[in-house]
Amino acid sequence: MEEKKDVQGKLWEVFTQKKTGAPHEHAGSVRAADKEMAMMNARDVYSRRNEAVSLWVVPSECIVASQPEDAGPFFDPANDKAYRNPNFYKTPTGVKQIS
Amino acid sequence: MEATITEAQLEKEFQQKIDSGIVIEPKDWMPERYRKQLIRMMSQHAHSEVVGMLPEGNWITRAPSLDRKAILLAKVQDEAGHGLYIYSATETLGIDRAEMMEQLHTGKAKYSSIFNYPTQNWADIGAIGWLVDGAAIINQTALAKCSYGPYSRAMIRICKEENFHNKQGYQILAYLMRGTKEQQEMAQDAMNRWWWPSLMMFGPSDANSPNSAELMRWKVKLHSNDDLRQRFIDRTVPQAEAIGLTIPDDKLRWNPDTRHYDWGEINWDEFYAVISGNGPCNHERMSARVGAHEKGRWVREAAAAYAQKHLN
Repeated sequence: MEEKKDVQGKLWEVFTQKKTGAPHEHAGSVRAADKEMAMMNARDVYSRRNEAVSLWVVPSECIVASQPEDAGPFFDPANDKAYRNPNFYKTPTGVKQIS
Repeated sequence: MEATITEAQLEKEFQQKIDSGIVIEPKDWMPERYRKQLIRMMSQHAHSEVVGMLPEGNWITRAPSLDRKAILLAKVQDEAGHGLYIYSATETLGIDRAEMMEQLHTGKAKYSSIFNYPTQNWADIGAIGWLVDGAAIINQTALAKCSYGPYSRAMIRICKEENFHNKQGYQILAYLMRGTKEQQEMAQDAMNRWWWPSLMMFGPSDANSPNSAELMRWKVKLHSNDDLRQRFIDRTVPQAEAIGLTIPDDKLRWNPDTRHYDWGEINWDEFYAVISGNGPCNHERMSARVGAHEKGRWVREAAAAYAQKHLN
């Protein structure tokens, strides 16, 4: 059988915002030929029950992600700065309204 | 030699992560076999959602009322959505969607055998929602806690939606059981035909399930096939009784000592026959699926050409 290579479209990552004021969260991905189709597919796949009031679609290839193997050294700089945490500081007994 | 030690070390650390309940994400190191097994399971699961649309789709034009038609359309659309959630989750393991489609169409990948049974009358749509989706919920609720992040997240999403499928199916049968004698017989007939294939959905008995031990060690599976099957029976029998349906198993009875139902024996010959392609509808399902894919080819190509033209 003469089989042409199948076209499934580009991969797009979908982010949904559940209600205004909430952050956009990653929901999954869709395949689509262009951004309009990606947006419609994202609506049909990830918001059939009003799960979103706003959608972002981003070509997957455009996402720059940190690598798990870098996790240690990459996030290290935060490790020795306990003074960023309010618990680092002792307040005299009885002092109120200072978080 | 160096490389082997590293591999063994990585595998040990991987198992430690799993044992301490850490969820594995796409870019984390994972044993090649973990990846392969997940691709096999997840693509099979996605294919089942997609092929599962066919027996129900048959009844969209013949639903007995406009309400029922709208509900069935929404349910079948959900199944398409479920297929897409799982395809997208499977792609995170490095397999391309077109390749998965091809594996389905060439018969290299399997789908759930339950969809190789025919839907003969309207009551079958009730039985599928209640029994088939009911069994799927038990499986999927367990998978929602599995060790692979994208699969688990897709399952959480799906479980929320399956409950609608389950209840609409039960309602169809409940209505028929309140109807005429013919309608009651129709419901009971559907029950008789779908009960045993639904129990087969949980897979071979633990003793004959070659992949189970490994999958449980990796927390891809958290319960054995037999445990999940028992859970389904315990939950479903009272539901059948409540609407006056009889379970087609003369060995079925409540065991007060184990606090579970005792039940009969699955016809494993039938199970293996349907899996290996000799079910009543294997051929019909596959030709419908491949036909739909081929008929849609020009749409995909036109969309790609349009996107190419408007690139800038």
